[in-house]
Amino acid sequence: MTLYLLCLALFSVGLYGVLRKRNLVKIIIGLGIIEYSMNLFFVLLGYRYHGRAPIDAQAQDILNMVDPLPQALVLTSIVIGLGVTALVISIAIRIYEKYGTFDITKIKRLKG
Amino acid sequence: MQNANIIPLFVIIPLAAAFLISLIGRYVSLRFTNAISGLACFMLLGFSLYSVYVLQAQGIPALVYKVGGWAIPFGICMVLDGLTAFMLVTVNLVAFFVSIYSLSYMDKYTDRPKFFTLFFLMLTGMNGLIVTGDLFNLFVFLEIASIASYALVAFGTEAEELEASFKYAIMGSVASSFIFIGIAFLYGFTSTLNMADMAQVLNSKPNLWVVPFVTVLFLMGFGLKAAIVPFHAWLPDAHPSAPASISAMLSGVLIKTLGVYAMVRVFFNVLGVSQAVLSMLMFLGALSMLVAVFLAVSQWDLKRLLAYHSISQIGYVILGIGLGTPLGILGGLFHLFNHSVFKSLLFLNSGSIDYAVGTRDLNEMGGLKEKMPLTSSTNLVASMSIAGIPPFNGFFSKLIIIFACLQKGYLGYAVAAVIGSLLTLASFMKVQKYAFLGTLKEKYSQIKEVPLAMQFSMICLAIICILGGLLLLPALKFFLNDAVNVLLEGREYARVVMGLSGR
Repeated sequence: MTLYLLCLALFSVGLYGVLRKRNLVKIIIGLGIIEYSMNLFFVLLGYRYHGRAPIDAQAQDILNMVDPLPQALVLTSIVIGLGVTALVISIAIRIYEKYGTFDITKIKRLKG
Repeated sequence: MQNANIIPLFVIIPLAAAFLISLIGRYVSLRFTNAISGLACFMLLGFSLYSVYVLQAQGIPALVYKVGGWAIPFGICMVLDGLTAFMLVTVNLVAFFVSIYSLSYMDKYTDRPKFFTLFFLMLTGMNGLIVTGDLFNLFVFLEIASIASYALVAFGTEAEELEASFKYAIMGSVASSFIFIGIAFLYGFTSTLNMADMAQVLNSKPNLWVVPFVTVLFLMGFGLKAAIVPFHAWLPDAHPSAPASISAMLSGVLIKTLGVYAMVRVFFNVLGVSQAVLSMLMFLGALSMLVAVFLAVSQWDLKRLLAYHSISQIGYVILGIGLGTPLGILGGLFHLFNHSVFKSLLFLNSGSIDYAVGTRDLNEMGGLKEKMPLTSSTNLVASMSIAGIPPFNGFFSKLIIIFACLQKGYLGYAVAAVIGSLLTLASFMKVQKYAFLGTLKEKYSQIKEVPLAMQFSMICLAIICILGGLLLLPALKFFLNDAVNVLLEGREYARVVMGLSGR
């Protein structure tokens, strides 16, 4: 239970970064932290204490096995996160070229 | 079951087109890129119409394709049922006309191969999201479509476009995180990711807090993708910033596929809806309907005005579906189809004005009717449709939604829908007055009507706007009714899918 709560704490840290920080790069880092906390949470869901690796061998019962599916899913999710982060960072670099600043309060040519 | 083999084609064709164009588009002439994109969109449209025909001709509720031949709860499956076929037709119809339009419109921009690559990736994501029967796969396709759309919003790489894209990307990613957490909770509770299997487990296993909690997470996530009012802040920036043909795709189909379709599919067929969820949907729908239309009336940027109307019209769709009665869902889905047609037509019109005149500001325009007769008349058709004037398709769907509200006794929501419709009419009167009527400005005496490919798309979409009401005729009504039945059957969806897979 403690581990899940720590995941929640990590998620909150990331959300705080996205919502409160003014620097574009810090916002992107916050987004990364949110993604990590999600992935960690998903892996923890499939974890068993004193479990063994999910290799299906004979003469071993299936009971005490770590669930391999979340690990596969989290790999996909990490790749998606990488794509988003790369795109957002390249946009941030372009924004810096246009506006000359990373401060989000100075980047507001759009009305709302 | 041979017919099930057409289902993966909806993902394969756009993915192959994107791959081919990005790989060799740079080294061969532009004609090749044009040919591939036109052909791919035409095939997709053909297959989506064929899928409707197959379902109707065979009289079966759904076709199931098992990826790699794995049995259903273990492998990924793709499902083609009434709602899927309906959404596929909507998406691929708009995509076809938008791609034809882009052939000429993208002359304004450089690097056409990159544009079409991203366009087809977005289409892959949307088609995949519609056909998939697996919850995690749904998330993956949702992200593919989202990432492609973030990049497309920034396609012009001007300061405003980058700013809008950054805002959209951050909000969209946070929304995706909420959806992901929701999926994680569902997996932790049910130990399965297949939507049909999950519905069965949820049916048999008592739960107190998982379903309400996940409902809230999905409402936030998909609601942000659909731009329902408390989560709408990114849309009026992001949609106008994209190239006009992409605005048409974003407003026309992306928010409906990623937001409304995904939300409705998960809520109705997997989680099961309670009266509390329906009331929430109705309230949010009515709120978006009214708030967005008030904001729209005061806009002077043409594309921004249209973007606010997208939020407002999504409100109608959500309100209709949230009623939960057969008539309400029929109205909501019919309005979804109609809105995707006329809103993409309106955005294509704004693109034509931008192409010919070079401005999006309503104050700068005026008297364009004499120079651009075709744009003006198609715009009139679309404006009348969105405002709900009788012979056009928007009238019928709004009428059904209002009747459905009255039938269920929600007088307030019916009145709100009427008020929203009147304000829509007012703001489109404003567009007509400032853009097309009045006197032509001196500096625009040289402008010409847009090229043939753009005219073709606008004319075809306008014809669909005029004839759209015919879908309610008894002979054609199966198209909508099949989709409505999928939602009405709720968790019976599981039995349909599992039954067909031979268990």
